[in-house]
Amino acid sequence: MNVFDIIGPVMIGPSSSHTAGAVRLGNVVNKLIDDRKLNKVEIIFSGSFAQTYKGHGTDKALLAGIMGYKSYSPEIRDALTIADERGINYSFTKENIKDAHPNTAVVRFYLEDGTEGTMQGASIGGGNILVNQINGMNVEFNGDNNTILVMHEDKPGVIANVTHMMHFEHEDLNISNFHLSRQEKGGDAIMTIEIDNQPPEELVDEIRGIEHVKNAILIRRV
Amino acid sequence: MLKYESIQELVLEAEKRDIKISQLVLEDQARCMEKSEREIYEKMEESFQIMRESVKAGMDKNQRSTSGLTGGEGFLMNEYARNNGGLSGSFMTKAIARALSASCCNASMGKIVAAPTAGSCGILPGCLVSLYEDKEYDVKDIVMSMFTAAGFGMVIASRASIAGAQGGCQAECGSAAAMAAASLVELGGGSPSQCADALAIAISSQMGLVCDPVAGLVEIPCIKRNASGLMIAFSSADMVLAGLDAKIPADECLDAMAEVGDSLPKSLKETAKGGLAATPTGKKLRDQVFG
Repeated sequence: MNVFDIIGPVMIGPSSSHTAGAVRLGNVVNKLIDDRKLNKVEIIFSGSFAQTYKGHGTDKALLAGIMGYKSYSPEIRDALTIADERGINYSFTKENIKDAHPNTAVVRFYLEDGTEGTMQGASIGGGNILVNQINGMNVEFNGDNNTILVMHEDKPGVIANVTHMMHFEHEDLNISNFHLSRQEKGGDAIMTIEIDNQPPEELVDEIRGIEHVKNAILIRRV
Repeated sequence: MLKYESIQELVLEAEKRDIKISQLVLEDQARCMEKSEREIYEKMEESFQIMRESVKAGMDKNQRSTSGLTGGEGFLMNEYARNNGGLSGSFMTKAIARALSASCCNASMGKIVAAPTAGSCGILPGCLVSLYEDKEYDVKDIVMSMFTAAGFGMVIASRASIAGAQGGCQAECGSAAAMAAASLVELGGGSPSQCADALAIAISSQMGLVCDPVAGLVEIPCIKRNASGLMIAFSSADMVLAGLDAKIPADECLDAMAEVGDSLPKSLKETAKGGLAATPTGKKLRDQVFG
């Protein structure tokens, strides 16, 4: 904690959890999209988000975040119009997601190149977020650090190979948090690796080259 | 490095070195963030500028909140202040107008500085912009006093809470008023221990205040509570500068606030299920917005 956590953040109102946090959840999706052309997003609000999203501008905030705006960008107010201008098709629905944090949103996105993906996350107060799922798999990260997601087959040695490579190719890289989840034994698995440092450009490609790794995504600090 | 676990720590350290709390906090934070004091100061100065802009934006005649429940409070109050100064005199009524305006800016998706939260973002600007614009205080002193507010705010956050969902409105508007009171005392020439006393009095004045926003939105009663918080900040600061002391020390007030916050039922902690939110009119307004 520092003085700017108390006098700050600078943000677009009205609510750090329902507006600023929603922008940051959108920013995670923006990193997943990674500069590719977005055609369509389907946004689902659960709990308190579902009840109050209109009054808090949570819909505009999330959409603005998906388009890459920050929690202090005045463009948030006009996010719906900007999305229309960019030819992005969007929809908002309410759904009760069982056992989810009260401020939970799910975003399904469809890109021009045919890629589809999902993100589920919660705004947990004071603009802080927790991402729970990426593409249907459980993850756990807060976007405060640079995070690498590694999708891989659940085989012995994959984690060792990834962390070994990270350490021997990039000595200074320090892992601050690690989380693994898999759907079933021998099936699809996902590593969530948070690192303290600024990751080198080539890191993601290097991880993709490791045996049994299907894909790797870098989500820079949001 | 300072721990920010007690107000007394900051007061004793500042007294020992014979410096203001703001200087102590600035030096410490520059060290912690590995930046120069100048960089840290400039970042805070930028926040003060954004506060001034938020006051101006929220004072617009046509200001309306996103939900449509509120709008124009800052404008109306400022007109009243300009015309005859009202019962409390023009300095105070204008200060109230500024606190309302920054809060209105927040409710209409304008840019604000959370201080410490978005819901309480009008109190510190209401106090500080008023000293700057109407009493011609030096901008450097005002920006420095924000380090006193923020340093004390860090203690409040670690010892009690600054989140309505955790501690009720006493944690949001209460904390903001206490932080502002400390700033005002420093600007008024008070000592570090007087800053602590002002914080203690402001916290005591809002002990137990619940967070009961109508429809769950940061509007009713939040916008007007920023005006009340501003009045408490000024009265606490003036009492201390007049020579009154806090009978209960600041840290004990914060511990009491934490205990009171813990004992508040969930319905009174930002869930919009109790207090004003649960009144017949509160429910009617909720249905009006969300159907």
